[in-house]
Order: sequence, then C-alpha cells, then structure tokens
Amino acid sequence: MHIMWFTERAYHYLPEEEVLKRRSFFGVPNTFFDAQKGSQLLNQYLDEKIYSDELGFDGVMLNEHHGTPFCMGAVMDVEAAVLARATKRVRIVLLGNPIPTVANPLRLAEELAMIDMISGGRLVPGWVRGAGSEQLANNANPAYNREYFDEAHDLILAAWTRPGPFRWESKHFHFRFVNPWVLPLQKPHPPIWIPGLISPETVKWCAAHKYPYVALATMLKPTLEMWDLYTAEAAVHGYQAGPENFGYLQPIFVHETEEKADELGKNFLFGGGFANFARPEWMFPPGYNSKEATRRLASLYANPNLPGKTLVPQHLHSMNDIAAIKKAVYDNYESSKESLQIITGTPKSVIPKLRKVLEVLRPGIFSFWLDGPSPREDRLTCLKLLGTEVLPAVREIGKELGLADPFQIAPGSRPLAASGRPERVGSPEALAAI
Amino acid sequence: MAETSHKEETFRVGETELRVIKGGQGKPLLVFHGELGFPGWLQWLDVLARKRTIWIPLHPGFGKTPMASWIMNMRDLGAFYARFIREQKLAPVDVIGFSLGGWLAAEMAIANSAQFSKMVLVGATGLRPPSGEIMDMFTRTARGYLNASVIDSRNNPEFAKLFGGEQTPEQFEAWEDARAETARIAWAPYMYTQSMPELLANVAGLPTLILWGKQDPVVPLSAGELYHQKIAGSKLVTFDNCGHMPEVEKPADFIKAIESFLG
Amino acid sequence: MHVMFFTERAYHAVPEDEVFKIRSFFGVPNKFFDAQKGAQLLNEYIDEKIMCDELGFDGLMLNEHHGTPFCMGAVMDVEAAVLARATKRAKIVLLGNPIPTVANPLRLAEELAMIDMISGGRLVPGWVRGAGSEQLANNANPAYNREYFDEAHDLILAAWTRPGPFRWEGKHFHYRFVNPWVLPLQKPHPPIWIPGLISPETVKWCAHHRYPYVALATLLKPTLEMFNMYAKIAGDLGYQAGPENFGYLQPVFCADTEEKAEELGKNFLFGGGFSHFARPEWMFPPGYNSKEATRRLASQAANPNLPGHGLLDHDPENDAELQALKKALYGTYPEWLRQSQMITGTPKTIVPKLRHVLEVLRPGIFSFWLDGPAPLKDRRRCVELLGKEVLPAMHEIGKELGLTDPFQVKPGSRQLSNGKAEPVGRPDLIAESTLGA
Repeated sequence: MHIMWFTERAYHYLPEEEVLKRRSFFGVPNTFFDAQKGSQLLNQYLDEKIYSDELGFDGVMLNEHHGTPFCMGAVMDVEAAVLARATKRVRIVLLGNPIPTVANPLRLAEELAMIDMISGGRLVPGWVRGAGSEQLANNANPAYNREYFDEAHDLILAAWTRPGPFRWESKHFHFRFVNPWVLPLQKPHPPIWIPGLISPETVKWCAAHKYPYVALATMLKPTLEMWDLYTAEAAVHGYQAGPENFGYLQPIFVHETEEKADELGKNFLFGGGFANFARPEWMFPPGYNSKEATRRLASLYANPNLPGKTLVPQHLHSMNDIAAIKKAVYDNYESSKESLQIITGTPKSVIPKLRKVLEVLRPGIFSFWLDGPSPREDRLTCLKLLGTEVLPAVREIGKELGLADPFQIAPGSRPLAASGRPERVGSPEALAAI
Repeated sequence: MAETSHKEETFRVGETELRVIKGGQGKPLLVFHGELGFPGWLQWLDVLARKRTIWIPLHPGFGKTPMASWIMNMRDLGAFYARFIREQKLAPVDVIGFSLGGWLAAEMAIANSAQFSKMVLVGATGLRPPSGEIMDMFTRTARGYLNASVIDSRNNPEFAKLFGGEQTPEQFEAWEDARAETARIAWAPYMYTQSMPELLANVAGLPTLILWGKQDPVVPLSAGELYHQKIAGSKLVTFDNCGHMPEVEKPADFIKAIESFLG
Repeated sequence: MHVMFFTERAYHAVPEDEVFKIRSFFGVPNKFFDAQKGAQLLNEYIDEKIMCDELGFDGLMLNEHHGTPFCMGAVMDVEAAVLARATKRAKIVLLGNPIPTVANPLRLAEELAMIDMISGGRLVPGWVRGAGSEQLANNANPAYNREYFDEAHDLILAAWTRPGPFRWEGKHFHYRFVNPWVLPLQKPHPPIWIPGLISPETVKWCAHHRYPYVALATLLKPTLEMFNMYAKIAGDLGYQAGPENFGYLQPVFCADTEEKAEELGKNFLFGGGFSHFARPEWMFPPGYNSKEATRRLASQAANPNLPGHGLLDHDPENDAELQALKKALYGTYPEWLRQSQMITGTPKTIVPKLRHVLEVLRPGIFSFWLDGPAPLKDRRRCVELLGKEVLPAMHEIGKELGLTDPFQVKPGSRQLSNGKAEPVGRPDLIAESTLGA
C-alpha cells in the first residue's frame, strides 16, 4: 500500500466573510493577499512535506489551483522542484497538472523531466482537466478542454518516449521540432496516476490507459460505483483491476484528545470548505462539460458528492445571511463525520474508522488530507501522530487486506479470470455494514 | 526570346500601397506568388502575356509592398485582395496561385467564388496532406528550401537564372522579408487552414485546374488529390519527374496545361 | 559589487562529433541523451550552486535553453525553485526567462512569485527574447517575437502589481480574469535585470526601463559602446547611468597551476564552444530579427567576433573533414585567451586580469562563467578557489573602484550633473593591453 500525505496550500489569512459573501474562494480579490504571510505559510507547507518524508510516508501529494486563496500551489511544479531536492525517499505525486491550461505542454514535459531527474526518479505525474475556474484564470477555452487534454497528454508522452526530433501537428498543438534534451529518469516514463471527482468519462479513460484512478474524498457509495465502472472497462481491455488501480483521499484530523481533534476537523469547513461553494458560472464554464454531464447537472449546481450540500441561497442581502450560511456550513460537520467523509480523533480512535474505509474501497493508494486554518503546532502534531502511529497501522491493515500498490503490481498486469468476467474490487457489503 | 515588357505599378488598397507587376495585353490574369515572394519574370509569363495582361501583386510585407500589421492569417490576406479586386473592377478574374499563393486563391474562392472566373492551383499549400507533410521551410534557410523544392536544382537553367550564383544582400533581405510575413500568416497550423476540406464545397462551379509535380517534396501530391476530390468538377494534371515548381521544372507542359485550360 | 557564478548546465556526455557533424548543439537528436548521466550531472550543477552560496557569492545566475545538450536548464525555474529552498543567502538571478516562448505568461508570473516567496525574496528575474532556436523548439512564432516579448513583460508586471481581478486584452495575450493568489514577496516587484549579446534594441529598451543590462561575455570594445549607448539614452531620460546599470559575464578558469587552468579553459571549446556554430536557419528564424539586424546579418551568418569564425561553411562531408575541423577549432584556443574571451590562471594571476576588465567596463554586477566538460574535482577546485580567494579580491576592487551594485544604488536614481550624461567605463584603457583588442 502506498500511503501519502496531502494538503491544499491555503492562504488562511483572509476574512472568512469575503469567501462566504461571494459563495466562492475563486474570485476573492487578491488585494487580500499579504505576500509576507503567504511566504511564511508556503514555506511552512514545504516544511510539513519534508517532515512527512522523514516520518516515513511513501508519497507527498500536491495539487494545483489558480487565482484562489484556497491553494497557493498555482504552479505546483515549483513545489515539486523544491521537494525533489529537499526530500530523500518519498514519491512526489502530482494530482494533477491541469494540462489544458498550460498552453505549452512541451515546456511542461521538460519541467517534469527535470523534476524526475533531480529527484532521482521519484516523480509520479498526473493530469487533470482543471476545475472550471482554472480555465477562466488561464483563459483556456473550456469548450476545447477535453480536446486540449487528450492532445496535451499524447504530446507529453511522445516527447518523453519518441526519439527526436519529430514533428507534432494536432488540432490544437503544433510543434515542428520536438527534441527535448531533458528526459525523465524513469523509463519508459514515470508512472501516471489520475485524480478524479466521479466523472465517468475520466474513469473510463483511466481504465483504458491502465492509469490508477485516485478518488478525491468523494462519498463512499458513488466512489464504489466508479470502481465498478473502471473494473468493467478494464475487463473490456482484457485485464482484471486490483487495488493497484485505485486510490483514495481522506480528510483526517488527529490529535492527542478527541476534543482537540474535533476542533481541528472543524477548521476544514473554513470558508464553506472544499468546493462547497461552487458558483456555476465559474465551475462550469461554456463547453467544459460533456452533454451527459450537463444533463446530470441540469437539476443541481453544487457537487452532491462532496462534504456539505448545496446550502447556499442564490442571493445574499445582509450580514445576517452570511451568519446563516456560516451556521449551515458548520452544522453540517457532524453528518460529514458520521459518513466518514471527515475522520477525527486520537490515533487509537481513527484507526478503526480508517479500516472501515479501506475495507469498503480496498485502494492500493491512500492519502491523508489535512486542511483548514489550524495553528502550525496543531498541524505538526496531527502530522506527527499520523506518521508515527496511524501510518504503521494502516500499512499493517493494507498488508492484511492485500492492498497492493502500483509499485508492487503494475496496474493492468492482473489477468482476467478464465470466465472473462471481472471480479469486483471494493466491497458494498462492508459499506452496508457502516 | 525577348522578355515581354512589364513594369511595377502602385495601387492603393485601404492604407496600403500595393505594388503590382503588370505586363502583357488582353484580359487580366491574376498571379499570386508563393511563400518566398515573386521570383522573377519567367518563360511561361512571356507566353501568356501575349494574350493576357498579367497582374502580379506583391503581397504586403514581402518587401516591396509594406507590411500591414493587421494581416495575421490567410483570411485577412484574402479579404485584402477581395477589396483590391473589387476596387479595380477585375472580377470575375482568372487567377493562378503558386504554393502559398494557391492557398490564398483557394481561401478567396471559399469566401466568394464569384470573384474568380477560372482558378489554377499550382502545388498549393492550404490543406493538411492526408499522407506526408508540408516541408517545413522555417527549419531551413531560404536557399536550402528552394534547392530542396525541385527535383534537380543543379541542372535547370530557369532555376539557375532565378536562384543561382552568390546570394546578394538584397536577395537575402527579400527572402527574410518573405519568410517573416509567411510566418505571421502561416506559422501554426503550418501552411494550412484546418477547415479547408469542409469549406472547399463552396468552390463548386468555379472551373478549377490543379497542377502538381508528382514528386513534389514540399506539398505532397496527396494534398493535390484532396483538392481535386473536394472541388467538384476540378481537373488535376500532374507532371512526372517534377517537384514543387512545374513552371520552372516542366515549363512546356506547364504552359500547355494552362493555355488549354484558360483558352 | 554583486558577484555571481554561472554555468550552462551542459550535457557533456554527448558525443562531440555529433555536434561537429551538424555544426550545432541545437538539433542533435536526443537519442544521445542518457537520463542517468543527465540526472547525475544536473544534480552536480545544483550542488555547485549550493556550494557557491556557502562560499559567499552574492548571486547564482541561471539561464535557459530548449532542445540542446548545451544546457539542461530547459525550464530554469525548476532549478530556481530548488535553489530557493536549498540556498540561504545568495540572490537567484534568472538571465533570463524567454517570455515569448512560454505561451502562458500569467503562469510564469505565478511561478516566479512562488519562487520569490519560497526564497524569502531573493529572486532577480530577467527576460530574454530567446535565441532563434528557442522559437523553433517551442514553436513560438518568431515573426511576433518582439511583440510577444513586450506584451508578456507588461502582463507579468501588471499581474504582480495591479490589484485583481482585472482584464488583459492585448494583441497576442487575452485574459479576462487576472487575479493571482501568489504574488512576489519583494515589493512592488523583484528587481529585473536583462542579459544581452549587443543588440542595440535591447540596450535602448533597458535604459528606458532602468533595468541593468548584463553583457554576456561580449568583447570589451563593443560592450563598452553598448554601455555608453545606454548612458546616453539614460541622460536623455534624465538620469545618470552608473555601475549599478551594468553587468558583465566573464569566462574564468581557475586552478592551482597555470597549466591546469589552461587545460580547464580548453574544455570551454567543447563542441565548438559557446554559440560558435550558429546554423542560420536555427539562429535566425523568420521575422526574428528587425530589418536593421537583418541588414547587418546579410553578409554574415555566425558571430564574427569569435575566433575561428568561418572555419567551415558547410557540414563536414566525411570523418576526415570533421576531424580537421575539430583540430582547427581547438587550434584557435590561444586566440580565445588573447582576446580576453576567457581568463585562465591561478588566483594570483587572474585577479590582475579581472581588475583590468573591471577598470574598463566598471560594472556593478559581475559573474564568473565556468563551462566545459572538465572533471568534477577540477570544477569543484575552480569554484572553491574563485569563492575563497578571487571573490574577496573582487569585492575589494569593486569597493576601491566604486562599483556600486543595484542593491546599493537604485538603477536610475543617480542625478545628472549639469543636466548632461557622463560617459561610463574607460575605453582609453582597452588599448593598453592586448585584452579585448
């Protein structure tokens, strides 16, 4: 089992009201950004990642968002570069680079090749289409998002594996002299993992490419459904999916006492929490979604799979409204814990909860997720307890449950049963028992 | 054979002073030069100039006609010439386009095929070849590109007349101007319009002759065949043992094909 | 005086003959790249930079090239990010980011902001148009190179300083929601320096923006001409240029003995040396040059200032010709040394040579340049000697000559005396020596 640690690198020093009144992190004017404080925080997050390496985590996971205080990793490859040198053993897992927005995918291929070289071959790149707002922040035409994604993916892989110089002329990307003189250390190319928020298109695409699919803290039931979809698609491509094909990101808050852990977890809901506020005009720019997805969305705006529900009135008139929203956000905390969307507690109390999640999903890749504007010392305590007490336990559980990771079993290498019928990877029975 | 007299005239098109080489007598024949500019008065022009008034506009930015910075793609250039044709009351006019000039003619025919009476495309760029690719002029010197354009650059008197000898500073500058303007228009996608296969249906009804060197190393014959297939009623004539410049490499056959088409 | 260390991060394991065969580093097929060797080298270069920080250099200078074994810094910001955290004091000086080739300049603004934040405000970004070959490698239309450059520059500065969200609609770059949530730590923005190879257009542009101009190992005489062109324009704009407006990059090879240093220096000519082989179709893509520059180039393709220019005007047709070319090129080494393109010696002998360069050019920014496939221990010894013995001497000379750097005197803040610009540098001293003749 491959166990990672993740945090968005949020800029916490902004008035929560600024987020609540806009019903969005994206779009808060950057006049609220203080570079001194941001700088100190960004380095603190790097310290945490370096500490994770020392604690024995298998991977440190990064992501990227533009133009939002929710994540200062606007170009996460900068952080990946720092970690390539400042850490010794961990995999640097990028989930993922928003390839439709970079405009020059060849430069990205070079960037990642250098990071793989500097890290001694510890890079795990991943790709995303980018949230809707990333398209706006980078002015990347969302109507061509999927096409950019496919072409950029193919170009990057070609740049890494096809001898140069060669010519690349696709619908959107045109290069007539591809011959990079930096190439990844890992051959034929670094392992690729793909994060997702329950988009069936992405799940099928992953299965076709034999790329592990990492579900980002989505509800257990629909996550399992995606596993089944992946597994069925894998069978079409002639292989049996296993734990090595799946990953899961889990918000978790650990401290020395239940109370303190609970307090920490509550911070996760700062500003409405992760993607709670999804202004449709920013989440769903024109043409970003497939027809199918648009139909799914037609009746609801926010993502129902994420912690928190659509609880935001369309119009805000006063500070009373903001107070009401805030109350609704934080009232939702208890139910999120019950459904294990958020896990809090002491090492002793969280391990059985984690076991449940692992029994249900049986993922080969697992990441802890800590976020929210908690004091530095509390974050470090959480990280330390995770590393020293929870991590070894989870590793044991992984071994016991046979949760092979992609470094133990190459994803896609498992043969199908003679019947040709795939076996389910997760366990709905275990879910029913929760 | 003595050269037909020809001279340069200036026409105002909007803000631009367009330089045009004019010669001969009779009904106008518009000639669009290719990506390295107008190479010089050739044998085939002498022959045609006996019956036709040849108009060879020198594209904006290619040296003589000043650059028009608003022209950034082939549609812009086509619209510029549409205005020129309208203001000079040339329409409907016969047109011959070479290489990039062929792309220009095709693009204009798509927008308004009524501005032409007959169209000749010679080794035209503008379409992505179904097989092979358009030779990248931008990773070669101008001279390197020219030498690679024809089957035999060393033993061709017309070619030698145009491009032989030491490169002069004037020639270098003219080529650099031409390359720069071509880059402004045709850098990416390189030398073609992605929607061309669909839009060529608009050209139906315009008598079109497509001339191609069978061994064209710049624009593969497959592109000529696609033009032929997409322009209903068009005629494709190919030349054996011939590269990208049939007017230089196979002048007799070239003249014959054009004369019989134009009548 | 701000003293830096620079090296291209060359992939030395490339077979030298492959470079000679096509008379160019750019374009050598990347099948000759071994990632194991490359990774080891790239980390050695990073080690070297960290060592420089510890030795007390004021700055670590990086540059960027794409698709060439001459420089593995294809995205130098990756190295800058590493150094932001792995070094403690030195400025991280990027000369420069090829902004016309990045396609998304806003992402670059964010990238650099993060590096400035992580480094604690030690970033000095710089911009270049990018060599001709960078345009090909990135498929950036060279005919719009200058326009991309100007627009990207303005956009990056706006992203760093103008409160968001705002709309940016230029000729080439279109953004309708600029509101980055990472911004540079240095306010209003990090200092900007510009490197150059004697392009008058660039020099003029720098003077207008009051950006220090760093001449990249160009010959002393034309370099001084450029400095004075800068000073004259500065005068017209109402300020006196001083040492803080100028920088110079100097190849220096230092060892314990003269012989060893000379041997080290000879490596600099590997593969024909720095931009020796300039295939015109790759150096001068269409529209990359101004009309003026094109006219200057009409009669010459490669840099005529370099010894051995014109040794061969076509690709070697056979191995004998190739070997002869190689021999002839290495045969020009004494000329290189004479022309002060490079300085070799022990700390004791190179300090006076460096003093001469400083006296002539009077730059406030100076960078040592070490390159060539020398053995690791020789490189390390060179860096050590430069840091421990030459660097302190340079600081002393700088103080003595009043060579203020941009952190001591703000570029563009010096008053004109009597409303007239004083010339800079000492052209009269050039003749006194064979250096730079």
